Formats: sequence, C-alpha cells, structure tokens
Amino acid sequence: MIRMERRAQPSRVWTALTPVLAVMLTMVVGGIMFALLGKPPLDAIRTIFWDPLFHPQFAAYSRPQLLVKAGPLILIAIGLSLGFRAGIWNIGAEGQYIVGAICGAGMGLAVYPTTSPLIFPAMVLAGAFGGWLWAMIPAFLKVRFGTNEILVSLMLVYVAEALLASASQKLLRNPDGMGFPGSRNFQQYPAAHNGEILANSGLHWGVLAAFVAVIFAYVLLTRHIQGFNIRLTGEAPRAARFSGVSPARIIFLCLGFGGALAGAAGLFEVSGPAGQISIDFNSGYGFTAIIVAFLGRLHPVGILLAGLLMALTYIGGELAQLMLGVPGASIQLFQGMLLFFLLATDVFTNFRVRFGKTEIA
Amino acid sequence: MADTLLSLRGLTKAYPGVVANDDVSFDIRVGEIHALLGENGAGKSTLVKMIYGLVKPDRGAMTLAGAPYDPAEPKAARASGVSMVFQHFSLFEALSVAENVALGMENPPKTRDLAQQIRDVSEAYGLPLDPFRVVGTLSAGERQRVEIIRCLLQKPRLFIMDEPTSVLTPQEVEILFATLRKLTSEGTAILYISHKLEEIRALCDHATILRLGKKVATCTPAESTARELGELMVGTSFAAPVPRAHSVGAVLLDVNDLSLPAPGAFGTPLRGISFSVKAGEILGLGGVAGNGQDELLAALSGERLSAPGSVVLKDEDVSRSGPMARRDAGLLSAPEERLGHAAAPAMSLIENGVLTAARREDLVTGGFVNWGKARSFAETVISRFDVRTPSPGTAAGALSGGNLQKFVIGREILQRPDVLVVNQPTWGVDAAAAAAIRQALLDLAAQGAAIIVISQDLDELMEVSERFGALNEGRLSPIRPVGELDIEQIGLMLGGAHDMEVAHVA
Repeated sequence: MIRMERRAQPSRVWTALTPVLAVMLTMVVGGIMFALLGKPPLDAIRTIFWDPLFHPQFAAYSRPQLLVKAGPLILIAIGLSLGFRAGIWNIGAEGQYIVGAICGAGMGLAVYPTTSPLIFPAMVLAGAFGGWLWAMIPAFLKVRFGTNEILVSLMLVYVAEALLASASQKLLRNPDGMGFPGSRNFQQYPAAHNGEILANSGLHWGVLAAFVAVIFAYVLLTRHIQGFNIRLTGEAPRAARFSGVSPARIIFLCLGFGGALAGAAGLFEVSGPAGQISIDFNSGYGFTAIIVAFLGRLHPVGILLAGLLMALTYIGGELAQLMLGVPGASIQLFQGMLLFFLLATDVFTNFRVRFGKTEIA
Repeated sequence: MADTLLSLRGLTKAYPGVVANDDVSFDIRVGEIHALLGENGAGKSTLVKMIYGLVKPDRGAMTLAGAPYDPAEPKAARASGVSMVFQHFSLFEALSVAENVALGMENPPKTRDLAQQIRDVSEAYGLPLDPFRVVGTLSAGERQRVEIIRCLLQKPRLFIMDEPTSVLTPQEVEILFATLRKLTSEGTAILYISHKLEEIRALCDHATILRLGKKVATCTPAESTARELGELMVGTSFAAPVPRAHSVGAVLLDVNDLSLPAPGAFGTPLRGISFSVKAGEILGLGGVAGNGQDELLAALSGERLSAPGSVVLKDEDVSRSGPMARRDAGLLSAPEERLGHAAAPAMSLIENGVLTAARREDLVTGGFVNWGKARSFAETVISRFDVRTPSPGTAAGALSGGNLQKFVIGREILQRPDVLVVNQPTWGVDAAAAAAIRQALLDLAAQGAAIIVISQDLDELMEVSERFGALNEGRLSPIRPVGELDIEQIGLMLGGAHDMEVAHVA
C-alpha cells in the first residue's frame, strides 16, 4: 500500500529538485509526443534545447534572441510573483503589458521628432504608469467591492487587446504609413529606440531592467518588512491581519507592482524588438510569464533561470518548426507540459511517500 | 433489560499521560435520545470513537442488542447498524449531493435510483435536499443534512451525532430536532453529544455525564434543572479559590458598551460588553465555545474596529486603531487558534516572532528586518518559555500544540505588555506546560500588567483570576469577585446562554 504523508515542513531538497525533474519528464513525454507525430524524438529535443545555443549555423542568430525573449518574461514574472506570494492572482499581466506599451509608445510618438536624452526614460515611466493604472482597476474593485481579481484582470486583457487594435489603426497609426495599420517604427527614431546596449548580445534596456528587478525583489522578500508582510499574507491571511497588515494595502502594492513591471516590459518590447505598435506586437509574454513565475518557484533567482529556460523553448520551438516541420501547437503543448509536470512533482515537496500498511487514526 | 440496544461495560482507554475514559458503563435503549454531556476534554469524543470503531478500548466490553460488539473499524460498525455524523463534515465540494452519498457506499446504486432514494428519505424525515445540487453551494445546515441522509440510507439502529447544532441556525436546529424525534418514533436510538444544557433538556430522554473521563451520573434531563446538569458537568472539585493578596492599580483597559455585528454567518455578535481591568489584576472570562470569545479578542486586538470610545487604553481611545497602533500603546493579545491566526504555520519561529514583535522589540530599522535581532528574540522566547524545538528556524507548524502555545504566549509576555488579552491560553496543552503558562500570566500580573484570560476551562479561570464574568451569546454577565462565587452561581452565569435558542423548539 502506498500512501502520502504530509511533511512537517516543505522539503528544501525537493523544492530545488522538482524543476529539474519537471524538465526531464517534459523531455521524455515531449519526445514520445514528437515520435507519435512521426518526428525523430531525439532530434526534436536537441533542436529545442541545444541547437539555439550551440548550432554552428543558427546559434549566432538565436543566441542573442535568448535575452530578448527572456527579458520581458523575467520582468513580468517578477512582478507577478510578488502577488502570487501574497495569494493575489493577477492573471492579466498581458493586458497591463499592452496598455503599458500603448502609453509609453504614445508618449514617445507625441514628441516625435524632437530629440532629447529624456525622451526614452519618460517613455519607460509612461509605460510603467500605464501598466500600473490597468492593474489598479482589479485592485480597486477587489478592495472596494470584493470582486475576484482573477476574473477582472483576465477580462481586462481582452479590453486591452481591443484598445491595441484601435490604437494601431487610429490614434497611433503612422501618418506616413500610407494607411497601413501600425505606428511609426521606433528603430527610425533613435531618441525613443530601445536598441542593443552591446551589439549582437540581445541585451537591451529591458533585459537590464529585468536583472535589476530580480535583485530588487530578492532584497524585498528576504530583508524588507513589506516583503515579509507579502509572504505572511500569502501564508496565513488571518495571521497577517492579526499582525496588523492591511489586506487592502497588500492588494494595491502587489497588483500595482506587477502592473508597473508588466507595463514597462511592454514599452521595452514595443520600442525595441517589436519596433512599433501593431495589432499583434504582443506575443503572449504576459501569459507565459505566469508559467515562468511558477517554474521559478516564485523565487527571484528561480524566475531568472526559468525565464531563460522558457525563452530557450520559444527559440528552440521556432527552430524545430523550421527544421523539422513540427506543428506550432505541439510547441505550446510542450511548454504547457513543463508547468503540468512541475505542479505534479510539486507534491513531493509537501508530501512524503510511504510504502506499507495503512493504520486507522 | 429487553429494550437495551447498546450496553457499555467498564470501557477504559488511556493515552500517554492521560486517561481519556475510565471505567465508563451505561446503556442506550431502543428508540431513545441519549445525551452524552461533558466539558471540553471530558472524554466524550474518545468514547464515541470506541463505539464507532475508530479507537479500540484498552479494557471493557460492549454488547449491541445482546450480542458482543467489538467493531475493528467504522465499516464494521456501520455493518452492525451504528452510524455517525461528525462535527466536521467530510464532503467533496465539487461533487453533487448524490455523488457524495454514493462515495460513502459499498455498492452504490445507479445515480438515478440513488437520487430517488435520497428524495424519499429527505421527504420522509422533513430534510429538504436536492440530490443534484453541488455540495459547494450548500449551507452548513444543508451539508449536515447530506451527512444525515447518508447515514439514514443505511437504516441505522444507533445514530451518533457529535455536537450537531454548533453549526446550525435556530431554524435549522428546529428542523433537526423534528427529524430526530421522528427517527426515535421508528425505534432508532440516538446518541447525542453536546454541552448545551437547555438543548439537551428539551430533546433527550436520558443523559450520561462525563467528567475527566469518568461517568458522573446518568439522569433524566427533563427532570433536572440546567443548574443541576451544569453542576454535574463542571463538578464540585474546585480547589476553593484563595483570594490572593495583590495590589491593584489604576484602570488600564476600559471597555464601554462594545457592540459589533457578527463577522460571518456563524459568528456571534458582541452585544453591549462593558468591563474594566486594573493594573496587577487578572480578569477571567468564561463561557461555552462560540459565545463571542473569538469576536471579543478580535475587537480588543484591533483586528476589528469598534465605535469610538468603546475600547479605552490608559485613558486613550484606541477603538479606531489597528493592531499595530494598539501594540505600540501596550495592548497585546494571543488568539485561540494557534495555526494560521496567532502564528503562520509554514514560517519559522524567527519569522513568527517578527509577526507581533516587529515594533516593540525594534526588529525593523528603516523598513529592513534585522534578522539577527529577530533570531535572538525568538531564541529568548524559546529558552525562557522552554519551547521544545530543534531550532528557531523550524516552521511553527512543525511544533506540537503545547510548544507552539508556549511560544505564542511567551512572545507576547516578553514584550512587557501593559494589557494582555489571551484566549484559551492552555487549550490542548499538557499539564506541565499549562501550569507554566498560568504561572507566567500570574507573574506578569504581579509586575503590574492587566490581563484578560478568556477560557472555557473553569478550573483554569478559578486558579488565575481575581474576578470572573461569563460570555453568553455575545453578552457579558455582571463581573463578580472569584472569592464570592460558588459552583451554583457559576453554573447560572454560564447557563442562561441557551434559553432563547431553544425556547421555540421545546
């Protein structure tokens, strides 16, 4: 008879081990899936995990992409993780990301074509503000009326997407674009362009901001009393209230922080790798970041590594589509498996498996 | 006797350090409602667990309808016609009523047939319930009906109910009582566990009273007064409380006409509570569980704010201040629920020290937690209050109840409060630890603090407090010096509580 026994406290070994185990299980089951699709499984796995970094021909192009893709994922996931730690489930980072991009880009386009070193920082602030504002809607509704932030923040993604469609076709459309949807391209507007800091490294200001956010979140959670209050609210809400932590304040803090980081990530993306506001510049980073946050165990350093890993599967997945012709949906399935196996193996962190006879309590 | 259904003879069960049941014998007759009455910890739960096959008695024997009865597990008990509804329900919220019932059966019939059976039973016994409703949408009273119907479908001969009315509204209590009476008229015997005296007087044919694991009496509740029952339950074994020589100082905490609505569907509203506590004094507040103890603590700790002027600390109105401001002003508290309220289970003792001591112990400078200082504070609590733990880094949830309780009380006492409010300070704590905690409270009072001890343990209150009051449905009785009280008066102060609740049922 096998039975599960709750551990007195979560196992540290398993906390560190489960992501590794989840990646390995994903490789095995993903390999079986590719085999069923009629693709050589080992080749597919190698193409996803190895070739983007070390392939003699493609690596030069795909290696910088690693940081380009990981940057926004990490930045958004750090913001989300603070809320998740407090039991506040902001699922709408994608919307905050889009509204941040619109606000930040709007700021830059409003002053086009003047040049000043202050333009880009002002755009970053405007982007963060936009995301913050969008996140304040679920925060306010939750505090004032007790609404569910999961639903409200998720619904607001669709509102944001409608706003994006409208902005790229009307308000922010490039007046010199001969009627095509989409804004001016920031690559042709150096004062507002989020270019590479080091050539061919993929390192742009957003990636740098992500690294700063990792350090900031680490210090906040381990050393600062507000970080302690966030963790306490998540672990034991009643104890937090007894301690004197105001639930409303934590909700505003966490949603606001998550929104601001997602908004800034949107601005960095739109002014850099994407280049312009277009109807589909957002590549679902706001949703993927949720996986990154959990894959990284809601720990800042874990999120850094998980962001890089997830970026790798993005690039590797594109490469696999190109080289082996695997369908795009199978790559998404592959990424979903990663989260699935992580949550499944997570059981071992809190439970111990016992073999033997059960005893009635 | 021919009509005896279940007969208990000399049942004894000992756990390390405590004899839960000591030579308990009584009979339950066919078609009667038999009450099992006793204070918290009197051994009621252990006794019914033995009848239901969850615990094996060390000694003694049972016979069911004349045949030896020794169930090895609940399945065997159910097969013999004994079924039980627990205080805490075991239902799956995401499943429907019928699916939940089917899960408890050995060979469940088809869902449609089962739904029909559920409808039949629910109509026959006046327990309205739709078999296809999802359990998550049901009220506590309706969930209890699911459990009852689950048992009734097995046509039990003996039906055990553990404090069934603690989660019910008065209207639901009425429905339940009607159901139980109908059951007995069909010959089912009911063993009814409770400590609500009026309820038992209104409903039960016989009552067996347990105190400290021993049977004190079997009587006919309708022929006894609530006072007599209360005396039997509480016992007369109080060490005559010696009025302590003490110097009381100025009033430190003054509570004036404190009223608050009930926090939730099953909370208790506070109704016009007034009292004051002086420096060097311990005020004991008794009462049966669920009469406003948690709510009073929350109103004093600052978790819930009350009308201006209702909570005055050292001549300063703190009614509108939150927990942090009240702690800064010297009002500290320790709630009853250790895990999840007084302490965060998954966090270390160091972090749980920061939970309430952050400001008074200066553990935070410029917004940053000084973990070195926090650790030494936790270590001080651990060594001064003899908390048994591998290290201060151990999660609070990994400690035994008694050790965590010592930590929680010690954490507050070491912060030198002016006023300390504790709820059930020794609940579930072994005797040695309980004595240590009580001594620490007495010492703190001797140093000039005002202390309010809320407890359901009368012996404890008689031991530590100078004055005594009882909470009844959110009201506070007049407060009397302990030296003037006798058992009868205490019984009366605790008693009256439930008159109103069952008045329209009886």
